[in-house]
Order: sequence, then structure tokens, then C-alpha cells
Amino acid sequence: MYSHGSESLIKQARDIQEAELKKFYRRLAKLLQGKELGHEAMDSLQRLHLILSATKFTRTLPAELQKGLLPLLSSPVEQLQLLSSAVLRETLPLSGEELNYTQEDVLQLNSHTAALLLSQAGSRADLSSLCAQLLRSLESRQSDGPTHSLMQTLPILNTIITHSPECLTEDHLTLLSKKIVDWLRYASITQGGGASSGGFFTGPRSRQPVPTAELDGTVSGDFFTVLCVGQGFTDDQWMNVYSFSMLRHWLLTYHSVPSGSTIADADDRSEVDGSVVSMVSATSSSSRLLPPKERLREKAFQYCLRLIEQSDRKALKRTDTELQKACLVEAVCILDCVCVEDTSLVYRTFPCVKALFGRLSSDLTFARVLLPIAQFYLNHGEMAAVDCESVWKLVFGRFPAELFNSPFLAHELLRFLRLNLESLQLRVPEYTRSFPNLLKFLAWDSPAVVDDFVDLLPSLVTAETAVELLHTMLDLPCLSATLLLQLRSTCSPISEPGGRGLLSLDAFRSASLRGLFLYLLRTEAGSGDTIDRLSTLHELLAEAADWPRVVQCAQTVPVLLHIFFSAVVMIADEKLSAHLILVMLERSSLLLNIPTYIKEIHRVFSCHLLRLCKLRPSLVVDQSHELLEFAGTTANVYSKDEIYTHVVWALGEYLSVSSDSRCSVRLITSCFEALEAVLFEITSSAPPPGAACPVPRVITTLMSALAKLASRSHDLIPRVSLFLSKLRTVTRGGSVAWCTDEEDLVAIVMRGEELWSLLKTPGVAQSVLTPPPHVTTPQWHRDTNLSMPLQLRTLTSLTHTQ
Amino acid sequence: MVRCFLIHTVCPVSALSAGESRLLFSRVFGPDEGVLTEQHRGLGPEERRVLRREKTAVVARQVRSAVSLSREASGRPPVEAVPGEEALALQEAGSGAVRLRAGDPFPEEMSALWLAVQSLGFTLVCEPHENLPLAEGTLRNLTRHCLEHLHMLGPGSEVLLRSDRVDALLSRLLPHGQLLFLNHRFAQSLEKEVAAYMAK
Repeated sequence: MYSHGSESLIKQARDIQEAELKKFYRRLAKLLQGKELGHEAMDSLQRLHLILSATKFTRTLPAELQKGLLPLLSSPVEQLQLLSSAVLRETLPLSGEELNYTQEDVLQLNSHTAALLLSQAGSRADLSSLCAQLLRSLESRQSDGPTHSLMQTLPILNTIITHSPECLTEDHLTLLSKKIVDWLRYASITQGGGASSGGFFTGPRSRQPVPTAELDGTVSGDFFTVLCVGQGFTDDQWMNVYSFSMLRHWLLTYHSVPSGSTIADADDRSEVDGSVVSMVSATSSSSRLLPPKERLREKAFQYCLRLIEQSDRKALKRTDTELQKACLVEAVCILDCVCVEDTSLVYRTFPCVKALFGRLSSDLTFARVLLPIAQFYLNHGEMAAVDCESVWKLVFGRFPAELFNSPFLAHELLRFLRLNLESLQLRVPEYTRSFPNLLKFLAWDSPAVVDDFVDLLPSLVTAETAVELLHTMLDLPCLSATLLLQLRSTCSPISEPGGRGLLSLDAFRSASLRGLFLYLLRTEAGSGDTIDRLSTLHELLAEAADWPRVVQCAQTVPVLLHIFFSAVVMIADEKLSAHLILVMLERSSLLLNIPTYIKEIHRVFSCHLLRLCKLRPSLVVDQSHELLEFAGTTANVYSKDEIYTHVVWALGEYLSVSSDSRCSVRLITSCFEALEAVLFEITSSAPPPGAACPVPRVITTLMSALAKLASRSHDLIPRVSLFLSKLRTVTRGGSVAWCTDEEDLVAIVMRGEELWSLLKTPGVAQSVLTPPPHVTTPQWHRDTNLSMPLQLRTLTSLTHTQ
Repeated sequence: MVRCFLIHTVCPVSALSAGESRLLFSRVFGPDEGVLTEQHRGLGPEERRVLRREKTAVVARQVRSAVSLSREASGRPPVEAVPGEEALALQEAGSGAVRLRAGDPFPEEMSALWLAVQSLGFTLVCEPHENLPLAEGTLRNLTRHCLEHLHMLGPGSEVLLRSDRVDALLSRLLPHGQLLFLNHRFAQSLEKEVAAYMAK
């Protein structure tokens, strides 16, 4: 597809020399002067376009060439219009030669010239005058004028109002509202293009106008819509399509509820008008009396109801079935729009939307249509006092569970959640409980949706479910593997021919182990934080550690864990924080064995363990038993050095009376003894077979922790000093079995010496190693000793005039 | 509205660094938003063009990254379709949607819908309130026409040398970035016009 030839063409275009380019310009300018422009001119124009668009830096064309190109914009040959427009769009207009918006004969304005005008528009004024021109031509248009220029009017206007809605004046809005109403509601209902009902032998007299048909072939019984077909189409039927295509955008731009932007009188007036109008609109027969804006709203409403009815028909062609779905989405969105604008319409709309929901809710192929319906329920369900439970069961239940692998549904559902986050948290309690289900989107296709979850995750963190959420996130790669197994198990036969079955797939299908997988596949939180046999599950899924989807998932978990912890820290009390620390300690050895995954998770844990301890130092004393158990296990030095280092540091730093008055001398001593034992063990012999040398930072952290603890209970100082001097002696003899790098050894010894000399003066050691709180957390303005001078200085500088 | 339609590489290109994508066709619809916002008021037309190009390059890179991750995850070997098998190529094409955050690179949030056929990606950048099912259908239709009329499954470079054909296609099926609700009859009528243009 993308060949070497294409690459070299682009390279040629980018690298063309100035001299050659100038020659090319001259030749082309000459060609364009000729009367008939043949293949050579076309090919040269193509080449020019390639040269201009191949580089991001703009080339200016010589004036003579530009002058030759401008007339081509109105050439009768479409290819010339197109090529000249494309070329001129890639270059800068000559000053003074810019297309004059007012003088251009707008009736001749073809689509490609319009595209050029739009792309060269330099200001709102330019766009406004283009709008004015278009609307003038629309108003004064002859009925047999060129169709193309009429049909592109709405798309051009739509693109202008996307960027600059003020370009249309009140009069313009009124004119367009009226025209759109005509096109939407009163387009002809007979087929255009001279279609007749007669056969081969019928004469001109029996040429009767044929009515348009529905998508299932039956004759249309009501007004024309985009879901009506015919052999040919009339102009106003085309305009029906263009009008509907831009209708929602029009309503969103000009019909949204005013937020106090108009003058007070106008506001009051519109309020009164509004209430009168809504009574009137309840009876559609009197809609002729409505002002244009309200009339458009009413017609849009009717159009949508008709589309919903038409979508129930069985289309004969598959592309039309897809169109019906798109029309349903659009219709429900427009109904939502008009109901927001005029809440009295809710009572007329809800029965229809509810019926539609009933029709579609059991068919998952309509899932993407059900999302706008859910939005409608969310916006208006409360007002209409309708029970929305079945909707949420679908959105938070079936969709994530069964459609986690549809990329577009995932994109739209997560967007729906993001846009309505506040509303959902308020009104839909199922939301925060549904994270096991929602995370299936993430487990399946992490790269595509991780961005959405960065925004959604904080809202899913609640005090009741935080621990379960943490466990779920740590096991996200397992969920990823399980979803793959689930799909594989439905697709492939029970026994693989050739016996090359997956161990994990067999386990997934086996009755005794299925429960483990079913826990991961649960749809709701609340049935337990995690399962007992987690290690079994990890073993069964060991072979999944190199499946690409699982690996991609594992890469996103650390990032989301950071977000989780940042969110949970805001709402966690003492008890929850303690629980989280325990979970971290426990899970540090209970993770699916993907090499970098475990290391990354340990890093995240270390960071947040420290953060929790810093926020609530008394946690260390509270959980000292578990922390000591962890720190006293020598194996942890080798397998979890990162976490180990941080636990030891936390113990050294916060196991003191200043953090928590319950900290006793006995506690300090038992901690000291546990750490001392580990330090002895790792520095007295070579590491166990299979393990690398302990990370130097572990050793220095242990030494520092011991010194800190000793500074709080001075009887321990001699023990530390003895160890440190022994260390110095041992290392003076040369290399040691537990440290291979000479520089590291020097650093360890130096730290040992520093601590040893510090501990020679216990009082100093205590202030340095266990500084009182007013040193570590300066109060400045909150401290009465410090604040007085500050206050005086502030008052002085405020009251003295210089 | 659709902001832009891009055709770009999603395979490694030797002249470019690993994550980059070569843009083969890029069409931005509508006026330049830089003209109307405070942020870029001071820029001249040349600088605005460079900015526009860089924005489309950012989109192409993000889609390239999404495509390669998606292909890696699915683990399916790529299907090599030959000219004449456009329908098969389309059926086997991967598809997805990338969320472009506000500011990266457009001022508002956008959705980039993509369709990846072998070494090329076809991307439609839509405003998020847009009808995405309709956008997806339009993208598929556009891709099918491009594959057929520009013989893209073969080794030729018509997408570069006949870019006017893509413009002609866009002017009918996606005029000025407007997505259209076309039933099969309306679509047939427009496609006849397109075919007439291509025949010249």
C-alpha cells in the first residue's frame, strides 16, 4: 500500500531545488494561459499541489502564476476548480489579490471556491460577509437555479457557526428557521427525477407522480424524512437531508437556554412568552401561530418522532439498517435538546422514549443507541418521575460485562460517564459500586481508555469500597487474562485438536476452579474485598504473563494506582489508612508474575506507604506489629528491597513518642532488636543462593533506623556503636561477600562512621535524628513567637505611606 | 462537524523516527480556528498554516500509536489484500476511537475515529457531540471509495498524484465537514456523481 515509490515522490517534492521550481512555475503559468487546458496542465497542477503540500513551510507562488490560477476557480471543468482551490489553499494569497468577499458573484459560488474562501478567512468580518452573501442568494434564489450552490449553503453555514455563531444576525436566524421548517416538514412527498409509475408501454399521459417509499418498501404515509427513498429526489428533498444533518448543531447553538445574557426586559418577556408558548405547543395544530424559533422546535420534535417510528421498520438494505441506528441516536439527542429548552415537552416525549427503550433494551446491537436514551433519562427522568433502574442496570451491568471489547461503545460509554459525573454520583448509587464491571473496559483495551479512567477513577473511590477497589486494580492483569479466556472459551471447541490446549483455559472451564475466575468477572462491588486463593489464581494464569493485552494492561496499573492513592488520601480516616497499609504489605508478594509489573507496583507502594505514614505518623505505632513482622523477615531484603527500605525508614522515623504517645521503650527496643537481627544477618555472610547482594541503600537505611531508635532509648547506643565499629573493621580487610561494588562499600562505611561519631554525643544525636516537631514543621505565621514580628512588619508597611 | 480527514501511514517508515507518521492526504474543513481565538490572534497566515500542519501531524502520530498498540494486543497477523479485494480489506480493517484532550492539539476535546487498512490509516476528527455512529459509517464509506478509486491496495502512488479525487469525494459525501444522513438512494446518487468525476 504505502510503497517506496510514494516515499520517494514525497522526498522529491520536499527537496525540489529553487531553480527547478522556478522553471516549473514559469512553464505552468504559460500552460494556464492557453485556451484549452489538457492533460499536461492537469498533471502539472497535481504536481504543484504535491510540492506545496509536502512540506509544512509555506511556499509563495509568483504573482503571474497566482493570477493564472484565480480564474480557474470558476472554470466549467470541475477538476480545474478543485485543483486550483486545493493549490491556493496551500499557499498565501497575494496581498490585494485576496478574494473579495463582496464582489464575488455568489450565485456562481461553487463548493470548491467556498472552501477556499473559508480557509482564507482572516477575521469574523470576513465570515459575516460570506454569511450575508449566502443568505441573500438563498432568499432571492430563482426556483430553477443551480442546485449545487443551494445544497452547499447549509454545510458552509454550519461550519461558520461552529467557530463563530455571532456571524448570523437575528434576521438571518429568523429567515433560516423558516426555511429549515419548510424543508424539514413540507418537502414534497412524491419522487423526483421524473419517476413514473408507468411501465414500458405507458405514454406521457399516464405519468403520475409516484409517492416516496419507506425503507421496507411500503408507500410513505407521512411527511418526507431522511429515511424515505425514491428513484430520484427533488431539490427540497435534498434540502430535507441537509437540514436534518445540521439540525442538532443548530439547536445546540441557537436554542440553548439563555443564561441571563440578554437584557432584563427581554428575559422577562421570553419567560412569559415561553409559558404561553408551551401551552400552545401542547396542541400542535395551532403551531402556525408560533414564532419561527418555537415553530422550528416543534417541527424538529415531530420529525424526530417520525424517525423513531420509521426506524422500527425492517430496512431492505444493510446500510439502511445502520442509518436507522444513526437516526435513532440523532433523534433522541435532538429530543433531549428540545426538552431541555422547553420542559413541557418532556411529558409528550417520555412515553415515546420509554417505548423505544423497551423495544431496544434486549438487543445488544442497539447498545450505542441506548446511550443517548440513558442521557435522556438522566436529564429528564427525575422530572417525569420515571423509574430509571432498568436503564442503569443496562449501562453499568450488561454493557461492560458483554460489550467490553467494542471500541466505539467503550469510547462513548466512558464519555457519557465523564460528562455526567456529578449527576451520576448524586442520583445513581449503582455507579460507584459498578467499578468491577467498568474496569473491564480498561482491562481489555488499556491504551485506548486509560485517559478516560484517569478522569473517572477519583469518582469511583469511596470509603466503603476503597480496599476492594485497590485489590481489583492490582489484579487488573488477571482480569485482562480472564476476559481473553472467556472469549476464547466461547469461540473455540472444548478440546483442541492436537492437544495444544492452554492450562489456563482448562482451569477456566473446570468446575472446581471456575469460582476464582467468576470472582474476577463479577459485576458489582460488595461481595468481599478479595478471595483467599489468590495465589492459586496467579499460578493458573502464569502463562498469561506475556500475552500482549495483559502486558499492556499491566503497564497502565501503576499510573492509575497513583491516582487512586491521591484520591483515597482525601477521604481515608485512620482505620482505612491502616487497612490500606496492611493491604500493601500483603499484596507486595501477591501479584501476577510479570517482571516489570511487580517492580513498578512496589515502587508505587513505597511512595504511598510513606505518604500515608507522613500524614498520620501514629499509624506506624498502631501497625507496628505488622510492620515489624515485615521488616524482621530477612527474605524481604532480597525480594522486595524498595518496599523494605521504605518500611524500615518509616519505622526509624515515626516510631517515637513525638509521633504517638503510646510508643513505649519496650516497643522501641523490640523494633531495634528485629532490625538489628536482619542487619547482622545480611552483613555477615554471602547472600542466599539465587539472590543478588542486598541493595546498599537497604543497609544504610537499616543503620540509620537503628541509630534513630537508639537516640530515643540511650541504652541501645552501645549496641549500635559496637556494630558500626565492627563493620569498619571487617570492611577494612578488603572486599566482603555481601557487597561487590567498592564505591558502594565506601559509602556504607562512611555512613556508618558518621552515625558512630554522632552517637558519641547522645544529646546531639537525639536532636539530629529525632528532631522535635517545631523544627520539622515550621509554623511561621501560626506560631506566636514568630508571628508577632511578621504582624508588626506588615502593619508598618501598610500604614506608612512611603 | 468534522474538523479534518487524514490519510496517513501506520507502519514504520524508514525516513522517519519510530512513532512518526507520514501524512499522505490531509484536509482541514472550515475557517482556521486560530483566526477567531484570542490565543493566536497575532499570528500571520503563514504561521497559522504551520500550526495547522503541526496539529494534523499530532493527530496522525496519536492514531499511529493507537493502531500499533491495538494490533499488538489483538495479536492477529495482518491480512494482505490485493487490488480487487477492497471489501475484504475493509472487513479486516481495525477500527477505534482516540480521545484527543482539550488542548492536545485542538482547543476543545475531540474524538479521532480511525480505520487502519494494512499500512495506512484513515482518520476522521469529530467534535464529541457529533453522531459517532454516523461518523463511523461515513468513514467506512470514504475509505472504501478511496481504496477503490485510488487503487490503494496496489503499489501505486495515486493518493499523492490524484488527491483531487479525494477532494471530489469529500465535497459530495462530507461537504465542508458536514456529516450527512444518506440512505442508500441518496448515497447512490452522490456516488454516481463521484464515479462520473473519477472517469474523467
